[in-house]
Amino acid sequence: MAEQKSPWRFHGGLHLDHHKAESNTTPVRAIPLPPRLTLPMQQHIGQPAEPVVRVGDTVDKGQTIAHAVDYVSATIHAPTSGRVVEIAKQAVPHPSGLQDLCIVIEPDGEERWTELPEPWPDYTAIEDADLRERIRWAGIVGLGGAAFPTAVKVNTSGRRAIDTLVINAAECEPYITCDDRLMREQAPDVIDGIAILMHLVGARECLIGIEDNKPEAADALRAEIARREAREIRVVVVPSVYPSGGEKQLIKLLTGKEVPSQGIPSAIGIVCQNVATAVAVADAILRGRPLIDRVVTVTGRGVAKPGNFRVPIGTPAAFVIEQAGGYSDEIFQLILGGPMMGFSLHDDRVPVTKAGNCLLAASREEAPGIDDERPCIRCGQCVTVCPVQLLPQQLFWYAQAHDFDKVQDYHLFDCIECGCCAHVCPAHIPLVHYYRYAKTEIWAQERERYKSDLARRRHEARLARTARLEAERKARLRQKKEALEKKPAGASKDPKKAAIEAAMKRVAAKKAAQQASRENTGTETASEAKD
Amino acid sequence: MQFALSSSPHLDKTQSVTRVMGTVLLALVPGTLAMFWYFGWGVLINIGLAIATAMAAEAAVLILRQRAPLPVLMDLSAVLTAWLLALALPPLLPWWQTVLGSAFAIVVAKQLFGGIGFNPFNPAMAGYVLLLVSFPVTMTRWLPPDIVSGTSLTLADSLHIIFAGSPPPGMSWDAISSATPLDQMRSELLQNRMISEIRESPLWGDFGGRGWEWIGNWFLLGGLFLVWRGIISWRIPASMIGALLLVAGLFWAIDPDTHPFPAFHLFSGGMILGAFFIATDPVSASTTPRGQLVYGALIGLMVFVIRTWGGYPDAVAFSVLLLNMAAPTIDYYTPTRIFGQRDRHET
Amino acid sequence: MINAIITIAGMAALFGLLLGYSAIRFRVEGDPIADQVDALLPQTQCGQCSFAGCRPYAEAIAAGEAEINRCPPGGEATMIALAELLGRDPVPLEDEQAADKPKSVAYIVEDECIGCTLCIQACPVDAIMGAAKQMHTVLTDECTGCELCLPPCPVECIHMHPLEDTPQTWRWPFPRHAASGAGHG
Repeated sequence: MAEQKSPWRFHGGLHLDHHKAESNTTPVRAIPLPPRLTLPMQQHIGQPAEPVVRVGDTVDKGQTIAHAVDYVSATIHAPTSGRVVEIAKQAVPHPSGLQDLCIVIEPDGEERWTELPEPWPDYTAIEDADLRERIRWAGIVGLGGAAFPTAVKVNTSGRRAIDTLVINAAECEPYITCDDRLMREQAPDVIDGIAILMHLVGARECLIGIEDNKPEAADALRAEIARREAREIRVVVVPSVYPSGGEKQLIKLLTGKEVPSQGIPSAIGIVCQNVATAVAVADAILRGRPLIDRVVTVTGRGVAKPGNFRVPIGTPAAFVIEQAGGYSDEIFQLILGGPMMGFSLHDDRVPVTKAGNCLLAASREEAPGIDDERPCIRCGQCVTVCPVQLLPQQLFWYAQAHDFDKVQDYHLFDCIECGCCAHVCPAHIPLVHYYRYAKTEIWAQERERYKSDLARRRHEARLARTARLEAERKARLRQKKEALEKKPAGASKDPKKAAIEAAMKRVAAKKAAQQASRENTGTETASEAKD
Repeated sequence: MQFALSSSPHLDKTQSVTRVMGTVLLALVPGTLAMFWYFGWGVLINIGLAIATAMAAEAAVLILRQRAPLPVLMDLSAVLTAWLLALALPPLLPWWQTVLGSAFAIVVAKQLFGGIGFNPFNPAMAGYVLLLVSFPVTMTRWLPPDIVSGTSLTLADSLHIIFAGSPPPGMSWDAISSATPLDQMRSELLQNRMISEIRESPLWGDFGGRGWEWIGNWFLLGGLFLVWRGIISWRIPASMIGALLLVAGLFWAIDPDTHPFPAFHLFSGGMILGAFFIATDPVSASTTPRGQLVYGALIGLMVFVIRTWGGYPDAVAFSVLLLNMAAPTIDYYTPTRIFGQRDRHET
Repeated sequence: MINAIITIAGMAALFGLLLGYSAIRFRVEGDPIADQVDALLPQTQCGQCSFAGCRPYAEAIAAGEAEINRCPPGGEATMIALAELLGRDPVPLEDEQAADKPKSVAYIVEDECIGCTLCIQACPVDAIMGAAKQMHTVLTDECTGCELCLPPCPVECIHMHPLEDTPQTWRWPFPRHAASGAGHG
């Protein structure tokens, strides 16, 4: 079959060293179960899931342990059988290094499966809504890194008809090879997943966008497509210009169409899914399996034996690194995700989540950390490389000046944080950091505004109520007065005030008694703790 | 285990300010050598004086501002400013004028506005204009290229003239100095002479000033090198030269007797140097892609206007400074069409 | 002389007419100033400005009777926004210490609460639930952290808990690792 190349280009971008060979030469390896699995309730975009198990419960492999509470949310399953030992805040993989609610499971090693829903090999006979519900049940989210719930993304009913399914197999970030290995080893599953997704969104054709540095993976997919004679699915090779794997950039490369600014691909009749997501969909529909593990690339000069691993969700990063031979002497930074868009981890005990595609144990040469920032010389290199054609130096200028209105005038929220601008900046300004600062500040302001509007409404409602009550009271008083015109009013103490005073006395007495007992014993007693 | 923390992208940076400035300096070398070839030691002495002054002035200001001078000096921007200024000065300018211009460029035009990245005006051109309006006599006393005069000054002669302020015994200013071709063209046109007559002077070469045209070629080579390396964008030089050629061509076509042919404008003064090295100073230029085209074109236009009807023979410095003022406004009105924005070609 | 006077007078009359016409033709029926000011205030209703809530303070500002620097919960950001809206000069906050306090919400130690309802009456946004002789509790999402419920409580069982950052509300810190030479901030 002739190789099909994309005729389109997007603006800017970078040619980066691929660094794929470190990790893509060996097959994906399974790893043993870690002593504890930590499952954050928020591994996806949207509302956090809500635990449906309690501490001490025994869970089976694949059992639902937390429910999606909202339309945009994702269910979470036990990756193995074991016991729930904790439901509490734990360190999670997040740039803040903060803790979040997690369910901690201690595996019992039995790998005892829960009762799974029936496989649907003949999925075309199933209602679309049921298929979506199955995907929702399986807790599938975009596995390329964004982690948007897939069930929401494939729900195209009520919107524009979808012509094209775009499968993102570009894997444009250096170092990451998990999708590469997945395509080489599970090409039939990839194509199965694509067929299901095409059926579900009603697409007539599917374009698989893959960078030209993964010829083996492209061959594997083409062979599988040829075997099935699935002419509606085409592999399109795109040049390895970072960020070709950005959703909107890939769509431009494959179709020449631009997704509207601030819009989503379905606005132009396209749905885009990651290749690993397609495999997860195939697992859910054809085998009735939820998403409980994923392929993770462990690479960088800071790890002894780089490679790809099939990792149960919730496995601590440190445990995965151990399976790759542990850290080498060169370890300097541990990055979750790729070197261009990933974030540095504070702690290697955080778990691998659904979105965690790569653990990059970088040496100082690979990721030198914070640079000295010099003043911007307005050289415009950032403008040249920006794939969204923004004016990064203007965004920087206004973000630095905390001018959040202006920074939005310059389309801050169209920035995909790909890092091209900061990578080429001769002044070594952490541009993306400034944009993230501005974005999170604007979101915080919006939350504050929402809160203050709420407070204003509640306050006004309260004022209206007190005014009404006062008027009613006055009216009642007038009636009473008229009724009891002749009787003299007896002065008596307000009963409410008296009650409060009595209660105050009681509490004071109680406190004094406690004080006394503490002074007497010098230790805290059980009765106090109960108080 | 403790890890380093930083915001993405994490890869090592490919570029630095020092490397950018260094590359520009490298690109100046061929043109500078050509100037040395035609105008003698004075060119190099000026460069040396200007650089030494600039470094000292920058260090002094930084110390006053209580900042470490070394990292800033290392970015080579002061060297570049001084070098560009020196190239614009007459080769035998009295030393203290070079020093004054260089110090003004660094202290007033650059550091008083906040240092690199914050200067609204091109510092080299600010220094040049200060000297030009303050010392019009010395600033217009150029040398003829030695291929014209047939004599070349020795290093000792040059040093004597620059530091003593007068020609060595046995030489007179009349013997060694001459106007620039641009200056001559201007003053003779004012005397109602025809272009064809003016061009008979030995100062004229094939398409520009003798010697000047070759200097221009060498600077062009350096400029193209910068475009190729991605240090400067092609937009400013192209639109600046294009606009100048267009409007000069227009007037020349109408009246070739009183308007010199377009190539003359390009190869007789600071136009090539200005287009590739001065107007492209990123700090004071326009930064949006469309804005750069407008900015360059307006400089080219302004150069023609000042050269033809203004009071000064060359106009690159004034034009650049004027458009520096307009750069923020130009940027404001020429935003990019961002990805997926519906205004122009919509799919 | 006469010419000049006529010209100037004529121009004055012309521009006067023009201005008068535009004042009528292009009149902007905007929000009254007090509403715009009120929209910028944080609506904690805390009274730290010495007015009985955000609305009265907004009205006082609009009437020119109060400075714009008396809102600690709004902090400097609000002061600057007000200065911009009203075209006044920014002024330092009256009580900077209060403005530096972390955002907090009230929390009732339920074991100590005697159910007196005094805090319920004090709360300007009805964020406390409870009934007489029943313990009360604070609706954390609605609480503005105004602290008005603290003084009335006879048993001092209400405490202010600072709001903690979660990964969902965390903000990227302002990047500041400029080297020497980057002389601006």
